[in-house]
Amino acid sequence: MSHQYNFAYLDEQSKKMIRRTMLKAIAIPGFQVPFGGREMPLPYGWGTGGIQLTAAILGKTDTLKVIDQGSDDTVNAISIKTFFKTTADIAVTESTKDATIIQTRHRIPETPLRKGQIIVFQVPIPEPLQFIEPRRRETAKMHAYQEYGAMYVKLYEDIATYGRIATAFDYPVQVNHRYIMSPSPIPKYDNPKLNQSPAIHFFGAGREKRIYAVPPFTDVKSLDFEDHPFELESWNEPCSICGSTISFLDEIITDDEGTRLFICSDTEYCQKRSQGVGS
Amino acid sequence: MYVAVKGGEKAVKQSRRLVEKMRRGPETISPIRTNQIEHQMGLGVDRVMAEGSLYDQKAAATALKQAQGDTMEAIFLVRAFRTTLKRFGTSAPIDTQHMQIIRRISGIYKDIPGGQVLGPTYDYTHRLIDFDSDEKKEAPLKNQVSKVDSADQEISPQQMTRVIDILRQQGLMDISSPMSPQENVEDLTREPLKLPASRSIRLQNLARGDEGFLLGAAYSLQRGFGLDRHPFLGELRVGYITVKYTPPELGFEIIVGKIKITECFMINRFDGSENKSPGFENGYGLVFGQSERKAMSMSLLDRSLQNTSGQSNSDVKNSYPAQDQEFILSHSDNVESSGFVQHLKLPHYVDFQSELVFIRNLKREHNKKKENSLEPSI
Repeated sequence: MSHQYNFAYLDEQSKKMIRRTMLKAIAIPGFQVPFGGREMPLPYGWGTGGIQLTAAILGKTDTLKVIDQGSDDTVNAISIKTFFKTTADIAVTESTKDATIIQTRHRIPETPLRKGQIIVFQVPIPEPLQFIEPRRRETAKMHAYQEYGAMYVKLYEDIATYGRIATAFDYPVQVNHRYIMSPSPIPKYDNPKLNQSPAIHFFGAGREKRIYAVPPFTDVKSLDFEDHPFELESWNEPCSICGSTISFLDEIITDDEGTRLFICSDTEYCQKRSQGVGS
Repeated sequence: MYVAVKGGEKAVKQSRRLVEKMRRGPETISPIRTNQIEHQMGLGVDRVMAEGSLYDQKAAATALKQAQGDTMEAIFLVRAFRTTLKRFGTSAPIDTQHMQIIRRISGIYKDIPGGQVLGPTYDYTHRLIDFDSDEKKEAPLKNQVSKVDSADQEISPQQMTRVIDILRQQGLMDISSPMSPQENVEDLTREPLKLPASRSIRLQNLARGDEGFLLGAAYSLQRGFGLDRHPFLGELRVGYITVKYTPPELGFEIIVGKIKITECFMINRFDGSENKSPGFENGYGLVFGQSERKAMSMSLLDRSLQNTSGQSNSDVKNSYPAQDQEFILSHSDNVESSGFVQHLKLPHYVDFQSELVFIRNLKREHNKKKENSLEPSI
């Protein structure tokens, strides 16, 4: 059975519905807008939310970059890039600077985003309160009444037990002084990049069927306490390839004895630096 | 030395080649044809159509072949195909009273108007594996079975009153509640699930939900996790029914196809309350193809979710999972659950790196504290 697929896979009606939802999400920063998420030929949990958003906004002149865990070359990033190359025949790039749309899983590139760029995050669990209150009916109320006491109690309990807030990634933020939002499972190291960023940030959760957004130049604050301010993770050594001391580093085990070395998680940034171009 | 992970593209290509090879198997064996699957593994095809939410035997059979017989993978393929199809309208509600019955049984009456029709079922077979089945000569079946039931054959559908309507006539069952088809039917495949969900959305969710999940949940009800007494099978019927649709440009009804369905009514005793007289309550199930296990599980869950949907009393605490709308409806879809459980195969080095940094700091402090406490106090 032969079947002709539309540009970027989804039919135009579905794309329009998704774009409308995205506009609503932009209008209410940090608020999770439900949408009629479609099944995609990739499995749930593998980026179907992000793919739907990218498909909905992709135009023929766009240049797409796809990263997974910071890397352009991991299997899922390749698979998604190939999907759009096949269904939409658009230009793809590894360069953060040259991309008009960046789809990402679990990272924000080290190269600062600029005005006009759109970054699309793949989101597994859009509800920041999910593990405090699993029931959607309850969390919807908590957001509506801005009743975030339970979240602060959890953070306080962390400090009482561990001396610090025990969330290392998917660290909750408050957007535009209103909604508490999951930044998706990016390391908390990336959280400050969302604050007052000139780019547009879209978050798509396919299985949970929700879309939310951080518009350009919006305040995004990582939750903390006056006496326990938000802290970033840091490394004692630089990247062993490019020598960067300011990027997020992955740990690589090099032998059975557990010898470790550290390299940039953002492969494109690392490559550019070691070639002596760009930042 | 192991350097940063590169070469994903090549690896994926090789993997595709390998799976192609695994699927084909040894070339000395002739490849299976999709029409063989369609006709000789019909129940498997039925399940893929039901949970794939698409009545298309050819697509389901092809998906099963492509997925090496992995049912959920096949369902996923059908869903991904379905999602690209345009929804062009809403058919007229099917009238199961007029279906072409191939099987129809009731567990509550020895005889019913129209009779009990056993039809094709494994229910009363002995489950012995026939290891000689390959060697057996094809016996001409036509002489053994007087009337072959299939969609191709024109058996004029005769009216068979539903058992539930008999109970309604006797005043044993609430007649005010049969669902009347609305003008605009909600569509779970176009709208996100909202809770509490209407009955039509709940039924849509259950109809495409995972058979195993529904079965387990229904079983838990039967074992006392939500039911306090034995339920009854009011009626189970399997057969063919025509689907009618009025295209706006034509303005009159046309037949768009014939589908095989399984319909089920499950009945529970209700002892009455202040404003409701005693009688029976029903749960309803309807599934594509012949899928009795699924239709029955669906009926049991439909009834248990009706009683606890909590529209009037939303703070009511549902004590068991199979009574809890959100628990059942949010976890029934196997395309969703299979994807998310298996996403753990994707790399998580960034997240894990953050955990490593955190745990090392914690460990350092823990050890420091321990050292301090071990220092002799003079």
